[in-house]
Amino acid sequence: MNLLVAQAQQIEAPEIDYGAIAPMLVVLGAACLSVLLEALLPKYQRWAVQLVLTLVTLVAATGTLILYATSERPEQGVATLAGAIAVDSPALFLWATLLVLAFGSVLLIADRSVEPGGAFVAQAAIRPGTVQDRAQATKTGMQTEVFPLTLFALGGMMTFVASNDLLTMFIALEVLSLPLYLLCGLARRRRLLSQEAAVKYFLLGAFASAFFLYGVALLYGYAGSVKLSAIATAAAGTDRSDTLLFAGFGLLVVGLLFKAAVGPFHAWTPDVYQGAPTPVTAFMAACTKVAAFGGILRVLTVAFENTQWEWRGVLYGVAVVSMVIGAVLGLTQTDVKRMIAYSSVAHAGFLLIGSIALTPEGTSPGVSATLFYLLAYGFTTIAAFGIVSLVRNSDGEATHLSQWAGLAKRSPIVAATFTFLLLALAGIPLTSGFIGKFVVFSAAIEAGLTPLVVIALVASAVAAFFYLRVIVLMYFSEPAPDGPTVTVPGAFTTIAITLGAVVTLVLGLWPTFVLDWAGTGTFLS
Amino acid sequence: MTWVLIALLVVPLVGALVVAFLRKNDTKAKFVALAFSLVELVLAVLLWTAYDPDGERIQLASGVTWIESFGVRLSFGIDGIALVMIAVIALLIPLVIGAGWTEKLPAGRSQGGYLALILVQEAVTVAVFAATDVFLFYVLFEVMLIPMYFLIGGYGGARRQYAAVKFFLYSFLGGLIMLASAIGAYAMASDELGKGTFDWATLVTVVRDADATTQTWLFLGFFLAFAIKAPLVPFHTWLPDAAAEAPIGVTVIVVGILDKVGTFGMLRYLLPMFPTASKNLAPLVLVLAVAGVLYGSLLATGQRDMKRFLAYVSIAHFGFIALGIFAFTSQAGVGSVSYMLNHSISTGMLILVIGMVIARGGSSLISDYGGMSKVAPLLAGMLLISGLTTLSLPGTNSFVSEFLVLIGSFPTQPVYTIIATVGMVLAALYVLWLYQRIMTGPLRGDALIGAAAGPGAVGDPEKKTAIGDLTKREIAVLAPLVVIVLALGFYPQPVLDVITPTVGATLTEVGVTDPVTVQEGK
Repeated sequence: MNLLVAQAQQIEAPEIDYGAIAPMLVVLGAACLSVLLEALLPKYQRWAVQLVLTLVTLVAATGTLILYATSERPEQGVATLAGAIAVDSPALFLWATLLVLAFGSVLLIADRSVEPGGAFVAQAAIRPGTVQDRAQATKTGMQTEVFPLTLFALGGMMTFVASNDLLTMFIALEVLSLPLYLLCGLARRRRLLSQEAAVKYFLLGAFASAFFLYGVALLYGYAGSVKLSAIATAAAGTDRSDTLLFAGFGLLVVGLLFKAAVGPFHAWTPDVYQGAPTPVTAFMAACTKVAAFGGILRVLTVAFENTQWEWRGVLYGVAVVSMVIGAVLGLTQTDVKRMIAYSSVAHAGFLLIGSIALTPEGTSPGVSATLFYLLAYGFTTIAAFGIVSLVRNSDGEATHLSQWAGLAKRSPIVAATFTFLLLALAGIPLTSGFIGKFVVFSAAIEAGLTPLVVIALVASAVAAFFYLRVIVLMYFSEPAPDGPTVTVPGAFTTIAITLGAVVTLVLGLWPTFVLDWAGTGTFLS
Repeated sequence: MTWVLIALLVVPLVGALVVAFLRKNDTKAKFVALAFSLVELVLAVLLWTAYDPDGERIQLASGVTWIESFGVRLSFGIDGIALVMIAVIALLIPLVIGAGWTEKLPAGRSQGGYLALILVQEAVTVAVFAATDVFLFYVLFEVMLIPMYFLIGGYGGARRQYAAVKFFLYSFLGGLIMLASAIGAYAMASDELGKGTFDWATLVTVVRDADATTQTWLFLGFFLAFAIKAPLVPFHTWLPDAAAEAPIGVTVIVVGILDKVGTFGMLRYLLPMFPTASKNLAPLVLVLAVAGVLYGSLLATGQRDMKRFLAYVSIAHFGFIALGIFAFTSQAGVGSVSYMLNHSISTGMLILVIGMVIARGGSSLISDYGGMSKVAPLLAGMLLISGLTTLSLPGTNSFVSEFLVLIGSFPTQPVYTIIATVGMVLAALYVLWLYQRIMTGPLRGDALIGAAAGPGAVGDPEKKTAIGDLTKREIAVLAPLVVIVLALGFYPQPVLDVITPTVGATLTEVGVTDPVTVQEGK
């Protein structure tokens, strides 16, 4: 016993830079508080309290983030919590991106005007339209577990993009994934699809996590440390077996690419995007993408920058596959949500191009480009899913493309906004989507990836076809007589969609501010 | 006078905004749109007077920083070629609005929306010609597609959806490939100057000294975009569909104006930026050009649909223009640029006249017409005049251009020139045959005497038919074109004076030194 105490006294508590990690702490703390509220408050009060708590948390976290970012802080960033968390410029940018995107998603999640009683269900046994279902709609207001789950997922994402060692990264990965699995299964309508999506996502996600963990183990064997910088040092000059390094790298990257929905590791994406409640899909599509690519960027540039010539070819191929799968399979989709899912696979390919755009001199022009792309893409996606949630018939959302025919005649504003968002996803100039593509492609050309850029451009053109098809349907087709109606959205959804669309436009016209901010610093190595 | 150019960009946009709010009141929308387009025309005349042919390469230049990180500027300015193109846009748009005055739009569509899109299209297209920043040019090049996509898709014929998407995707793909080249040029500039820029004049100085391989790749990227836009065979297949499905006024804009962005791009971007590649790859372009002349002419001859006929006629003409550009003599270059102008006027007129024919008969099939001159002699006369200027009869504007292209190309490219000359003969064939089938002989055809009369039936011109001759409005639309066709046919000097120095400068940038021959030839 004494020995233990003596040993414990020898272990020094690590220095913690509370200012730097305050945003993370705020979000995770509020998540815990939110769970308590869920347990203690009567049902009818929960929605209002949880919503206020979540939004205040997001604002407060953003506030602390801004305070820290504008204060005197080391240029290259700080590593805190015994080096487990690195708070550098890209991490701050990613945090801010995650927080604002989460804000938009939470607004969509909290909306009760589009679907009375919210988009979520209490128990799997309650079928839509039954007495219990109506009771939920009228009495309890909304099933509110989604709020703590969202906050936990967000906390995990923020930890993930700032993780400076692979073990922290793994834990963050689980923290962000587990709530998402649950969230996917909560849809009030089309219950089977939703539950199937949750199970699929969980099984495949668990599988991917195993890959990731195995990769971590092999890399630990190689470098004797899980710290990213230690792996970089080990890879820089040793006679240790490269097999461990590259096998570890491969497994690790598979886990990451799975989360980022990069083809050929995308198989879960369409099903999950389609089955999950649309607000959750928006959250996943925007925030998970940001987190996953934040992690990929950090791992590639910090740990594996000096071995890039060995792995770049592989990821080159993966990017091509992802773009081709996304663009080509997107053409065949008949469901709006699945179509956006395949579009996200294509976008993941573009993002991967930015992530591997490292120059031989050791600069990484792709980092700031990818960061910008993530922000731009996230906002566009949230707004797009917000609109998807509005087009409904008696069964809930009308996601089949044929049901969107002639939408412009009935609701010109919704159709015009969705057209604008689709054009942004296609990368037409004067939208943020174009600027994002432009910065990524110019970074890639600077890094000598010109052929890849040409393939990406062709893929963009192919992908443009399915976005155009929706526009054609909405504008140039006659509406079906029993077609869906467009619900007039309440304040929350309206704000979320407006926010997304306005940011898409503003970043398309005046991207300088965000570009400068994305380019302020590099990852702490 | 810089404000004139800026006003040219802003006025149609303001007009579009105003017109868009008049969707309830079609008549008011039409008058307001016409007023704005006429203001634009006045501004274009002012622009013409403000331009000094012997002045700087880019005149009336202005600009502000847009995206500082990439050195992108919103900068505009004109040279002689851009001036001519902007002038012809400003001329054609009021005529298009006038010609479509009584046109019926598809159910549920308002004139306000249609005219607003036309005005937006005008603004963006003027901006494309005026942009002096490569990034800005690319942006506008793609943005230009959006109003046109809605014009074709929303207001066109039966297969409008297909045509609109095809048009969009072709041009979009070309534009994207061009973007890759533009980024490549940008990357070279960053290496060389230490700071990236998209300024056209700066990029020209950097890129033109690049080695041949780099130039070739960059050239091909830009070329693909322009070849699709122009269109050169085999990148042309979107045009017949777009032209056939678009409402007639939009066809004028597509064929008469938008396509010129392709040849304009060749002159403004391909030749000065990539002189070595331009010279090396000239045979490739020339083959496509001459193939276009023959292919377009032959297919025009064989068309049964008048609007598709127009598309193939244009493809043939674009072959001539490309031939003149890549022959690298100043005569041919001047010929090509004046051809760009004259093609807009002649073909624009031909399209408007055919639109009037179609408005009367309600069908675009040639076989539905016959002997129309019996009931509409003025219309027949107009079709003849526009046809004759299309086949480049001496005394009309196109003759000057086509002659300059051929005579200028012959010294450097005799073989291609001789083959292209066949196109002139074919032009006479397809134009006159079209005229003959529609206008001459006894009154016949489903569109004119009704399908009930049965095949081979002949109508009686004495009997009242619903087919009337030109109205005053239509005469007002066509009269200015007739005047211009004849005026430029006999006295092309004002136009040639404006474009000759710019073409000379372009050829000097390529490194060809005979910019004086045209001056002597005057």
